[in-house]
Amino acid sequence: MSAPLLETRGLGKNFGALVAARDINFRLEPGARHALIGPNGAGKTTFINLLTGVLLPTQGQVLFKQRDITALQQAARVKQGIARTFQINRLFRGLSVLENVYIAVAERLGVAGAMVKPAGMRNDVVEEAMRLLDVLKLSDNAGHRIAELPYGRQRLVELAIALGLEPEVLLLDEPAAGVPSAESHIILDAVAALPKHIGVLIIDHDMDLVFRFAERITVLVGGAIFAEGTPKEIGADPRVRDVYLGQAQHG
Amino acid sequence: MIVGTDILSMLLGGLAAGMVLFIVSVGLSVTMGLMGFVNLAHGAFAMLGGYVIVLTMRYWGIGFVPALALGFVVIAAVSIVFERLLYARLYRASELDQVLFTIGLVFFMIAAVTLIVGPENQQLMLPSWLQGQLDLGIVQYRTYSIFLIVVGSAIALGLWLGFERTRMGAQIRAAVDNRRMAESLGINIDRLFMLTFAFGSGMAAIGGGLGAEFIGLNPQYPLIYLVYFLIVVAVGGLGRVTGVFFAALIIGVLDFALKKYLPQGGTLFIYALAILLLLWRPQGLFGGKPT
Amino acid sequence: MSAPGLSEHPAARAMVARHRLRAWEPLPWILAFGFYFAFPNHLGFGTDLLIMILFALSLDLALGYAGIVTLGHAAFFGAGAYAVGLLAHHGVWNEPITGLVIGAAVAGLIGLISGLTLLRTTGLTLLMLTLCTMALLEEAANMGEKYTGGFDGLPNLPIPPLFGLFEFNPLYPRVQYLYVLGVLFVCFLFVRMLVYSPFGQSLTGIRENVLRMHAVGAPVNWRLITCYTISAAIAGVAGALWVQTNTYVNLTSLGLDRAATVLIILVLGGYGRLYGAFVGAVVYMALSHFLAKVYPTAWQLGLGLLLMLIALFARNGVLGLWDRLMGRLLSRRAPP
Repeated sequence: MSAPLLETRGLGKNFGALVAARDINFRLEPGARHALIGPNGAGKTTFINLLTGVLLPTQGQVLFKQRDITALQQAARVKQGIARTFQINRLFRGLSVLENVYIAVAERLGVAGAMVKPAGMRNDVVEEAMRLLDVLKLSDNAGHRIAELPYGRQRLVELAIALGLEPEVLLLDEPAAGVPSAESHIILDAVAALPKHIGVLIIDHDMDLVFRFAERITVLVGGAIFAEGTPKEIGADPRVRDVYLGQAQHG
Repeated sequence: MIVGTDILSMLLGGLAAGMVLFIVSVGLSVTMGLMGFVNLAHGAFAMLGGYVIVLTMRYWGIGFVPALALGFVVIAAVSIVFERLLYARLYRASELDQVLFTIGLVFFMIAAVTLIVGPENQQLMLPSWLQGQLDLGIVQYRTYSIFLIVVGSAIALGLWLGFERTRMGAQIRAAVDNRRMAESLGINIDRLFMLTFAFGSGMAAIGGGLGAEFIGLNPQYPLIYLVYFLIVVAVGGLGRVTGVFFAALIIGVLDFALKKYLPQGGTLFIYALAILLLLWRPQGLFGGKPT
Repeated sequence: MSAPGLSEHPAARAMVARHRLRAWEPLPWILAFGFYFAFPNHLGFGTDLLIMILFALSLDLALGYAGIVTLGHAAFFGAGAYAVGLLAHHGVWNEPITGLVIGAAVAGLIGLISGLTLLRTTGLTLLMLTLCTMALLEEAANMGEKYTGGFDGLPNLPIPPLFGLFEFNPLYPRVQYLYVLGVLFVCFLFVRMLVYSPFGQSLTGIRENVLRMHAVGAPVNWRLITCYTISAAIAGVAGALWVQTNTYVNLTSLGLDRAATVLIILVLGGYGRLYGAFVGAVVYMALSHFLAKVYPTAWQLGLGLLLMLIALFARNGVLGLWDRLMGRLLSRRAPP
């Protein structure tokens, strides 16, 4: 087995008496297409927040390319190559779609602090942002303000911003939630078109999507890893069926 | 011995001022904690209350204590009108809009009071039983200051009991700590807020009346003391009755002592202290964990 | 290759053309020049107006673009004012142009120091801290009576002619007007450049969604500190100009009154839009010039009402209302 891209060792997080994550040992391999599932309140988003540095763990370590990044701030982890999308859209609502993606691309290229040359004259940034919008079929909306877009399109902008950071690890927190089913394939296609070496971790409730996308699945229950395996193994595991799949089928 | 009585009388004067600060500010702390609403106009309700109290005593000849009660009722009622008609529209607005609105309200009230009553300072006539000195055994001190300390402590104790022991107090505490959780438990936040807003404004009115005798009462009152009220709330912590109580007493005594011994730099010291404290503990000296 | 096609996209073209000069943009400057010739007897008022525009512009950078809600911006106006006033009064330095640089440096330094500590906080705490910082400076100026003149300030400051040639005549403030106009123009070009740069774009990003800015790897705190420092320095220039053209300095330069006034001017015109400072200052200063002296109480009453109305109904000020009106007219002309 090759060295993992992203790894956690004994990761735990308590909010007072509430245990949100417990002794999580997790590996994301280079090129992985990995899914994280679990019932509501299982701690999936908490886990993503621990990986990205939004939250600091109570115990354990986070390693990126075998270097300890537990103490690194969120922005520093992004610079190393860890990008994410949010479960609830966190976009620059008053700005245009193009400007939203521009901000991410400019940050990655290190020009975002430049004060003299007008933003519009950075052709490289504008063109790359437009290319990303094209990939996600968002070109027609490039000039619209986020607040004018339907929710599903906004989800695509979330993804465009994350892709604009050219990450090596991409963490997608329910990327297809709220996207009309006719458009959810755009998200999967965009992820499928990513360079092979990128590791992708996806959280989603849509089992069709998860099983179509993932080569490996981790099931989180009560803040701890409950099961892990290939989609076939997870689909056949009766315990998983009990705690999660059964529940989803009922609902 | 002389130094001892000096310190004692300084302490008494500071405590009396602190009690007034507490009575005015406590409502502000609870309403800001409950709604996260930046209310810079709280002092305006204290000023209005002060005017009701002073003017009814002067023109209708009613006693000091009934006038305080009247001030409470009138301002509580007036504030409900403001809250329902205006404040309620801005709960979800940005801080900037809340700041602008409440500054506008302060200007409006200052001008309205100036137009109706006049710009001059209003003198509060203390009833005869509160005038003069009281012999405490070790030291002689102003009867009114002792009265303020007694009344302020009684109010603090009453509020504390109400906060800790009643159903509504429990609801307020729950809502300050976690509003969404409280809402999901079926607590009607809007109604709760309206009531605490009215109660807090009524308390401010009493504070305006009680303080009129020694911190003055004129139309500029809400601007002059704005920073003080905010500092008390910031130091005490949002939505904390006991925190605001101790913060007000500390600031009252500090201010009194500094003005006496360091008449030049006293206020400067208080501002510097407030800045350091806010940087060290943004949730206030007595506030809980930041959320 | 689709790249050339993409850069022809209307949104891309709009982005590329965003910073270009629009046809109406020379208008404020033409009007300002016109004022000089049309109202030679009101140039003192005109000078004060231009200074308030500059001050409001500095606030727009911090509040309108970066979203730093501050109640204490007059601290920096006052810092620039007292820096120039103290040096002139005590006979250390009084040359005007270098005076502006000194005013900017002192105010910028205070902005940097306070920014380093304050900008980690948000919301009510930040409001309180900006307010307390300003109150602290005001109290310090009041206290240091020996140097600052305390409450009365320092009158009759000796300000030498501009470039050694043009005398500041207190009765006919022509030189003052043109001097302030020139400085405003230079500062405006600088702010305009910042606003349209990638830096300015990232400031609007922080204003719109700070969490997302962290998540794209932006050094949010440093950007805010940089912006706050620049904004403070420009406010310091405005304060320095105020002292040089009035030849006195006093406590009104750094009190809550001035901080509230500049905030009102900016929201009246519309924040986060560069020209809001111009529109707001003209409307506010003209109204206050004619009303405040005659009916001061009615003026305060009206101002209070106006502020409440803006907060409730017109969050983007006069320019925002104008945009909405134009939008409605245009959509009526071209039915969807």
